[in-house]
Amino acid sequence: MTLVVEAVVALLILFGAAFALLGSIALTRFPDLLTRLHGPSKATTLGIGSVLVASIVYFSMRGSFSAHELLITIFLMITTPVSAQFIAKAHFASMARRQRDGADGAPKGTSAPR
Amino acid sequence: MIARALPYPRLSLLVAALWLLLNDSVEPAHLVLAAALGVALPWYARRILPSLPVVHRPLRAVGYVLFVLRDIVVANFQVARLVLSPLHRLHPRIVVVPLDVTEPLVASMLAMTVTLTPGTVSVELDLEHRRLTVHALSAADPATLIHDIKTRYEARLKEIFQC
Repeated sequence: MTLVVEAVVALLILFGAAFALLGSIALTRFPDLLTRLHGPSKATTLGIGSVLVASIVYFSMRGSFSAHELLITIFLMITTPVSAQFIAKAHFASMARRQRDGADGAPKGTSAPR
Repeated sequence: MIARALPYPRLSLLVAALWLLLNDSVEPAHLVLAAALGVALPWYARRILPSLPVVHRPLRAVGYVLFVLRDIVVANFQVARLVLSPLHRLHPRIVVVPLDVTEPLVASMLAMTVTLTPGTVSVELDLEHRRLTVHALSAADPATLIHDIKTRYEARLKEIFQC
């Protein structure tokens, strides 16, 4: 394996790790559930995506290409929006229930500084 | 008889192909399992599956995937900046996008695209009232966001599936 390919693979992995890290930072920094939802759903697309591209490049240079990385990408792209939507729906449902029950204020950890 | 056993022939083919790709082999045992799954899974899910739309413009579909991939990369950098900048620069907002597409699967593809492109997450897809509720991380102007989603993604999907 040439140095160029190794450098490309290393860069892709670093790039992906950086975006996965940014997704986690967003998860801790953002103020409420709906904004936090943006972090992980993005980290999977670009972060995991470039790690998978790195994996494709690495293994096809070693002559053992398989379609697994492409399948992982497709499965992630199908499942991420679904889980994000379910979390949002659960959030709206619990908000509606809280309003109906007339609870005073939001429970711990979900209040957003406005 | 065949139509009863295989309500979704294209889906059956897809399931079988996915199984073979997952196992990375075309040994007879895997071929048999792939065929069995291709028949069983769509049949098992037939009650909840909506009608499958037909891809009328395959080349445009490939173009759409590349277009969305490019958008994901570009917009990820914008969101990265938002993540690291002071929180008061966030203008989170819920925007309701009126939909033109009626096919359930095409509408969910649009919802998936919206979630995958950074800065927006689709939180509810209401086919009855034909609207998609989108949460935007930083949308100064909701009208621009709605226009972007409709022209960039929905119009292209409508062309691909001709609906």
